[in-house]
Amino acid sequence: MGWESWVIATLSRTLAYGTPLLLGTLGEIYAERSGVLNLGVEGMMIMGAYTAFATAYTTGNPWLGILAAALVGGAFSLVHAFASITLKANQVVSGLSLTMLGLGLSGVLGRGWEGKPLPVPLGQITVPGLSSIPVLGPVLFQGQNLLVYLTLLLVPILWFILYRTRAGITIRSVGENPGTADSLGVNVPRVRYLCVLVGGMLAGVAGGYLSVAYRPSWTEGMTAGMGWIVIALTIFAFWNPVMGLVGAFLFAALYHLSFRLQPWVAPELLRAMPYAFAILALVLVARGTLHKRMGAPAALGIPYTRGEE
Amino acid sequence: MVLLISFLAIVAALVVAAGLFQVYGVSPLRAYELIVRGALGSPLGLAETVRRAIPLLLCGVGLAIAFRALFWNIGAEGQLLLGAVAATGVGLFSGLPGPLLLPAMFLAGFLAGAAWGLVPAILKAKLGLNDVITTLMMNYVALYLVEWLIHGPWKGTQMRGFAYTDKLGVAARLSFIPGTRTPWLTLVLGLVLALVAYILVTRTRQGFEIRVVGENPHAARFAGINQVKTTLLVMLISGGLAGLAGVGEIAGVHGMLRSSSQISMGYGYTAIIVAWLARCNPLAVIVTSLFFGVIMAGGDVIKSSLGLPFQLINVFNGLILFFLIGSEVLMRYRVSFTMRRR
Amino acid sequence: MSTAPSAVIALRGIVKRFPGVVANDGIDLEIRRGEIHCLLGENGAGKTTLMRILYGLYQPDAGEIVLDGRPVRISSPRAALAHRIGMVHQHFRLVATLSVEENIILGLDEGTGPFLNLARTRKKIERLATEYGLAVDPKAKVWQLSVGQQQRVEILKALYRDAQILIMDEPTSVLTPQEVEQLFSTLRNLVDAGLTIVFITHKLDEVMRVSDRVTVLRQGRVVDTLPTSATDKASLARLMVGREVVFRLDKARHEPGKRVLEVSDLHALSDRGLPALRGVSLSIGVGEILGIAGVSGNGQKELVEVLTGLRRATRGKVLLAGSEITNRSPRQIAEAGVAHVPEERIQMGTVPNLSLRENLILKRYRYPPFSRSIFLNRRASMENARRAIALYQIAAPSDATPAKLLSGGNIQRLVLARELSGDPRLIVAAHPTYGLDVGATEQVRQILLKERERGAAILLTSEDLEEILAVSDRILVMFSGEVMGTLEAEGADLGEIGLLMAGTRQKGGTT
Repeated sequence: MGWESWVIATLSRTLAYGTPLLLGTLGEIYAERSGVLNLGVEGMMIMGAYTAFATAYTTGNPWLGILAAALVGGAFSLVHAFASITLKANQVVSGLSLTMLGLGLSGVLGRGWEGKPLPVPLGQITVPGLSSIPVLGPVLFQGQNLLVYLTLLLVPILWFILYRTRAGITIRSVGENPGTADSLGVNVPRVRYLCVLVGGMLAGVAGGYLSVAYRPSWTEGMTAGMGWIVIALTIFAFWNPVMGLVGAFLFAALYHLSFRLQPWVAPELLRAMPYAFAILALVLVARGTLHKRMGAPAALGIPYTRGEE
Repeated sequence: MVLLISFLAIVAALVVAAGLFQVYGVSPLRAYELIVRGALGSPLGLAETVRRAIPLLLCGVGLAIAFRALFWNIGAEGQLLLGAVAATGVGLFSGLPGPLLLPAMFLAGFLAGAAWGLVPAILKAKLGLNDVITTLMMNYVALYLVEWLIHGPWKGTQMRGFAYTDKLGVAARLSFIPGTRTPWLTLVLGLVLALVAYILVTRTRQGFEIRVVGENPHAARFAGINQVKTTLLVMLISGGLAGLAGVGEIAGVHGMLRSSSQISMGYGYTAIIVAWLARCNPLAVIVTSLFFGVIMAGGDVIKSSLGLPFQLINVFNGLILFFLIGSEVLMRYRVSFTMRRR
Repeated sequence: MSTAPSAVIALRGIVKRFPGVVANDGIDLEIRRGEIHCLLGENGAGKTTLMRILYGLYQPDAGEIVLDGRPVRISSPRAALAHRIGMVHQHFRLVATLSVEENIILGLDEGTGPFLNLARTRKKIERLATEYGLAVDPKAKVWQLSVGQQQRVEILKALYRDAQILIMDEPTSVLTPQEVEQLFSTLRNLVDAGLTIVFITHKLDEVMRVSDRVTVLRQGRVVDTLPTSATDKASLARLMVGREVVFRLDKARHEPGKRVLEVSDLHALSDRGLPALRGVSLSIGVGEILGIAGVSGNGQKELVEVLTGLRRATRGKVLLAGSEITNRSPRQIAEAGVAHVPEERIQMGTVPNLSLRENLILKRYRYPPFSRSIFLNRRASMENARRAIALYQIAAPSDATPAKLLSGGNIQRLVLARELSGDPRLIVAAHPTYGLDVGATEQVRQILLKERERGAAILLTSEDLEEILAVSDRILVMFSGEVMGTLEAEGADLGEIGLLMAGTRQKGGTT
């Protein structure tokens, strides 16, 4: 394989693999920014994957599959939201239980769907003209699908909402200091519900992407821990959508390169990196002003009760 | 009263799971009967159940202690794997004479698990890092460490499809209860340690300190208790016990280091439910770990006898955990009722 | 009663009750347009409650609020702002990681939908800042600002919402002296621009410097409303603390004895890093009760914490019966014979889920007979519990009852039983009767007197001046981290105490 075609192939696959990572990370960023820790991402992703596949298979329309995946992911996240926000239960346990449920349920429901190729996967798009640009052309504009473009478009939109709109200020204040937000008339539970819902829906779509576009098929456990990587990436991105983009694609690139780099670095060690880096990132911002600038939302994981400050 | 929470959760989960069975056209009663019969009805079945319960017991006891101090150790899975790694390392490469091998493996496993648990403990005590996230991340680092070892430096000489290290010699293997595949040493170890842990928490100074730190950190400071020391102690024990579970899996079950999913099978995560269901009481963990042993053995049963997927187990686990939170919330409302009367 | 033509706010007959206390007991108050009106009073006088009613955080049980001649109902802060009433709280309501402008528009619906017009916001902020002399960088993050600047943001928040009446709750409590000056000139600018300011304080200096009129509140009622020019500090002090009768507990006269506690030149910082103790010196003798009077927030909390090892002293010495215990650990100080009855008895004093029996040995569990090697001696702790329950009359189903199920009075009995066992030399009691019913209060005071007879030295802090007057042998008044003066409790002049509490130093030096 010539150098150029190797680069193109790697970048192309990075874009493809990084997309679900990015989707999940964007959703988790929003949920955590509002102060709710969602450890159920893996469960929502796998349920999204199954739902998308089953729907796309039976209806012949992959986009219906994606929609169904979003709805299912959202439904799961509403359960988590109810437990975490209204019942003020332990968010860690709630998220973990949903992951277990999701993994189990998808395994149960998905039996019998294994090995069946999806007749109508999400269509590949080639943009004429733009795909002729050297290197970037074939990577970005040949053989990717619409969902990839939509995801890339989501990044600046979500960044803008978070940092440049009233809604974003509200979300960030709810995650940092819900008491203050509450005293200024913000409906804290409603904001948190919405953000968790967004997180769940994006996680579902991320899973759906896997089963309908990336590898149009269904295998039990096909998310293979992607949900946990998303949680690590959220930290690594310092809860910023643009950094999430960087992190997701960096990891995706490393993932693909791990095979190539095998003579020099063991692929398993490369795959452990996002997790180790997440810890490192937390250590770096643990103290002082950096913590204020880039650290976790102060109220993350803590249920909010009015009157307690 | 406290046990009522656990009981309610189990009942609720059983009801929902029964619904799932119905969906598959299987009578839930028949399914439950089969599970109980398969897991507990025969000596062999019981032995299999117990075999599954042992790592749950060891990890569960450790988690019960950690949770008591409000240290959310989600990393039992990784600590277990580190124990397995250490055990394999000693077993294959230490060159120790026969009789010393097993004790050395257990010691190494305990220390490795403890070390793996101490890292997040130090990060929390000194830097205030979130214990949930750090222990979770450490799980995956451990997982890839194992993968790297079995594919790389410790790759076995005979490979057939899957990756694993060489087999451990006889001196490094645990003996079974006659007629079964259940190692008796780790079983006894688990039971003894559960008792020791119970005594530790309820009867010793350190246990008292752990409970105070977990219940009210302000009061702990007021009473002059060193919170850093307590946190480290708690994770030393919790990580070490999980490490012992890992040793048990290597020396007692597999005889070699293989892929993480096969070594651990989610024991570390299931142990969270085990500890929680036991309301963090080490003696009750004996019961709850057995209960989950039944569930896991039951998974095999429903797969072989009823043709249902093993994954149903995960659904059940998830349901129990979820209903546990639910009934806890119910209990909390009753307590705040009482408090309002002041 | 008709409203004066220039009155912009009139509160009539405001009553507000909380469980066990009447915070506002029929208050009539008039605020005139364009004035700076001070609300003066000690803790529990009802000033903050009254203003919270005005700001819509509480609803009055009786009475009415009249704005510009029309009665109104203010159901929430949003409603208050709609009536152009703004409030700057004592503890700021700001989100540290957001910028100034983001904090200012948080919760506001400006009709531009989800989008921001930051340019317009910034312009408006800058206009307000110049107009009122409140310089601040709209893009700066709040955590980067000094406390004085943060307060300006809080003021801007109210001004941005077109507040015409500004309530300020103890605004100088967190400011440095320079920042206080800046605040005062800001207030004058605001008033010149037509705003009306209500200023809650307990500091007489401020009242005299800044206000046009002052209303003195005491125990939920208005004592008087005067033009500031027509009064002076001494009169105000008398109004603030004056009482008809002072109850004193029946006890033997205190004979001066050996010094148990000696504190010299103690300095310490508050949680925010500001000086909380600024050269405190005091001493307590055997069998003496020293009551620390003063409005809360003037360093009493920090003093208690330094004495019990929960806060570091940056300078100065603490001697207990001659040996130094400055900056020792809480454990060592307890071992030296210091008992601590904490103010937050539930939060700090007990472990709610542990049993009564276990809570009783919270401080001494390490020592025999409660501990032998690493094991706890269960029988010893049960015996101890039995004795404590009998001696202190703790009402509980059994010694295994979790502490969280006990009533407030019984929790305090638990704390006393625990702390006073072992015959401590020094007892540091922080507001020990807070929230207790009459019977429990009486019992606690009797226990303290008994300890006094035994020869313990007692340091008593309390927000309740009456308690200090009733129980203490000597009274020491703290203000702004310093000792303003000490006096014998017997026959103490209330006016003098009031002056000391409100910031006037005692003639002839301290101690």
